[in-house]
Amino acid sequence: MKKNVLTRLFIAASVIGVLLFMMTCGKREAGQVVGNGDLKAIAEQRGLTPADLIAAAKTYVPTGKYDEYVMFSSGGHSGQVLVIGIPSMRLLKVLAVFTPEPWQGWGFSKETKDILKASYVDGKELTWGDTHHPALSETNGDYDGQFLFINDKANARTAVIDLRDFETKQIVKNPLSLSDHGGTFVTPNTEWVIEGGQYAMPWTGKYAPISKYKEEYRGMVTFWKFDRKKGRIIVEESFALELPPYWQDIADAGKKVSEGWVFMNSFNVEMSTGGVEKGNPPFEAGASQLDMDYLHVINLKKAAELFKAGKTKKINGFPVLTLDVAAKEGVLFFVPEPKSPHGADVTPDGNYIVVSGKLDPHATIYNFTKIKKAIEEKNFAGKDDYGIPIIAFDTAVETQIELGLGPLHTQFDPNGYAYTSLFLESAVARWTLGGPWTEKHGKEPWTLVDKISIHYNVGHIAVAEGDNVNPDGKYLVSLNKWAIDRFTGVGPLLPQNFQLVDISNPNGNMQLLYDMPIGIGEPHYAQIIKADKLKSWDVYPEIGWDPGTQSKSKYGIQAGEERIVRRGRTVEVFMTAVRSHYTPEHVEVRKGDRVIWHITNIERAKDATHGFALPYYNVNLSLEPGETQTIEFVADKAGVFPFYCSEFCSALHLEMAGYFLVKP
Amino acid sequence: MKDLDLIVGPRVPKDLLKKERKRFLLPTVFLGGAAFLLLVSIFLPYWKLTLFAPQYPSGLQVQIYVNQVKGDVKEIDTLNHYIGMRSLTEAAPLERSLSIFLVAGIALLAFAAIYIHSPIALFFSIPALLYPVIFLADLYFWMWNFGTNLDPRAPLSGAVKPFVPPILGESKIAQFKTIASWDIGLYLAIVASIMIIIGLYFHRKAYKPLLESELQKATRED
Repeated sequence: MKKNVLTRLFIAASVIGVLLFMMTCGKREAGQVVGNGDLKAIAEQRGLTPADLIAAAKTYVPTGKYDEYVMFSSGGHSGQVLVIGIPSMRLLKVLAVFTPEPWQGWGFSKETKDILKASYVDGKELTWGDTHHPALSETNGDYDGQFLFINDKANARTAVIDLRDFETKQIVKNPLSLSDHGGTFVTPNTEWVIEGGQYAMPWTGKYAPISKYKEEYRGMVTFWKFDRKKGRIIVEESFALELPPYWQDIADAGKKVSEGWVFMNSFNVEMSTGGVEKGNPPFEAGASQLDMDYLHVINLKKAAELFKAGKTKKINGFPVLTLDVAAKEGVLFFVPEPKSPHGADVTPDGNYIVVSGKLDPHATIYNFTKIKKAIEEKNFAGKDDYGIPIIAFDTAVETQIELGLGPLHTQFDPNGYAYTSLFLESAVARWTLGGPWTEKHGKEPWTLVDKISIHYNVGHIAVAEGDNVNPDGKYLVSLNKWAIDRFTGVGPLLPQNFQLVDISNPNGNMQLLYDMPIGIGEPHYAQIIKADKLKSWDVYPEIGWDPGTQSKSKYGIQAGEERIVRRGRTVEVFMTAVRSHYTPEHVEVRKGDRVIWHITNIERAKDATHGFALPYYNVNLSLEPGETQTIEFVADKAGVFPFYCSEFCSALHLEMAGYFLVKP
Repeated sequence: MKDLDLIVGPRVPKDLLKKERKRFLLPTVFLGGAAFLLLVSIFLPYWKLTLFAPQYPSGLQVQIYVNQVKGDVKEIDTLNHYIGMRSLTEAAPLERSLSIFLVAGIALLAFAAIYIHSPIALFFSIPALLYPVIFLADLYFWMWNFGTNLDPRAPLSGAVKPFVPPILGESKIAQFKTIASWDIGLYLAIVASIMIIIGLYFHRKAYKPLLESELQKATRED
């Protein structure tokens, strides 16, 4: 005990020494005044404890130094993805995905509009997304840093982001459902991107009265085939599995021993249809009547074989493996799970599935080997109304651990510990895994060992690489829904609170390091990848690059090839942008002309991005070095429209402008 | 003795060659080595310019070869257009198109001097001897040409007066610190030049007595 205190004092003293050194360095280099250099005085003046100073030293990343990890977080209702450095918790970038975003010109150019348009429902414009679960592409179950996927719960859409340029390349709309939640998750080699539905409904575009809920309403899970070489989802090679209207929730792909299987929660096996205004129990009560919901166990390998063998039925033009086929062929099985579950997380070895019910203080751990054995031996306790076999709870369960109130999601570290968010308790629990993991931690298996309070109402948590086969541990980020008193008041709509927790010492306590307010939406899930796995481009590989196709655009030009071509009432402009001018600077058309305007940034210097802003016509483009983008519009208003570069590109940035003249 | 014999000089008798191997090997080694170094230098950069500015933390660099310009040419051109300097790709077009043949020719001449056992060998090696100076003079000419012919309509023509960038050492222009330095190719050419001098010394030592005795023999015969 005494030794422990001494060690801590020593660490604190070292940290203070390091901070002092950094300050003197900073003073010398930057010539800035950072107080009188007396750390103790500064700490006293600012009311900082030694623990605060340690937390500061653990998170501070000096100028010019990089973060060790990068976190990709859902941007919630912004329809975007947040890129955050860890441990500094600095926001690196906000990636435009489902929502038009002016800085990146996302949804302004023809190329980006086309990507968004492809995901509209019946062509109806959507200008937001409810991003939930990002999924990094994997090779052999480990993040490979090549692609990122994310779903939009609000409209059941799935996006593909290329991590060479951190830009969205594709958005696919689910042809069956309007909402999803069990996405995105990838199989260990990213062959499939999993998108599970949420609110059961008749297939999109179809009406059925709510009295026909059991017969006409359906859940689904879609398996999108991903082609890594093309960097695209191949819609023609994708299929869905019909599910009972149990309101499926979150999913996870099996790995290692459970590779080829998918696990998915549900929370309304009661098939409650609500209608509180009619005297029915509201959904919140109706869907919580039974003690158990069903964990869905899906044999994806088998399902894919059946799809290939043509055993699917086309619904809305999309191949669907129907419930009767799934029941007959042994594709889908149910295992009872404590009611209202939220997390279904597979351990790094693939053998255990951790399920947490919001209304049950336990984490329930299923043993995949037992599930597989029951399936092989056809050891079923019965069937549900749709003929799907049910495996008895006791047959499949390894154990249950009482963790605290409202356990939701679980992540893992390399030392055999699991971390589970406790929503109601506003805490994160650390507990030991059992089985082969016992050797790693040397403690009592399946036991709660530590708990840390967070602020407040934690949803998901993210541990560094904590959901793949090779977790890193070290850091945990608690994605808190409420901030209450953590930040200065900014009106009744409060930011979310991301809290960074140090979990690097498995034998000590977890330590809270940093609060990061998120003021753009309610993020759900995040994944943390080792920064050196990301191989981002500095500039586009060639001049005239179309990021939409990741190849040279046929509209890209070099300096000297600028021209304006008129064909009837269509005027096509080929323009270049370079510090600090556009060529041409005058573009003259007649009112009513159709204008197709290609702009190529011919720069090769890192960060030499140019904008292109055209007033009235609602245009702002981002042209990164080498990039070609196109705008298309009808010059429907006569007049003179000064266009300009909207990125501060150079000393003569203001002069980077021109006139678009529309003759009446 | 015929005129051609006078130019080419006498051949070395076999027995003498056997007896005094080193004497005749030395000029061959130095002149041949110089020719070889010149040939190699064609593939190496001769001169480089490095620019530093706050917004270019790792600097910008151009490397000049006898027939090409490599490095951050595009970026330096982009910056140079602000002061009205022409694109680096427009510099020394004739030199660049002919340089490989010229340098190869110079090297071949130096190599040929090995077989010329008369003072004419000096004329064959003079191009190689003077080559580094010629290169630097030409480089200076183009520096002067580019630096003093700035486009008066350039954005920053008021702020930056015509100037001649140094061919060696540091200078400062606007926020840029520039460091000009000689590169491996030019150093090889200079070494070749020195080897030519040494080679000619040994050449004289080896062949002068031979030539003189031949000439004496010829006068006697006359």
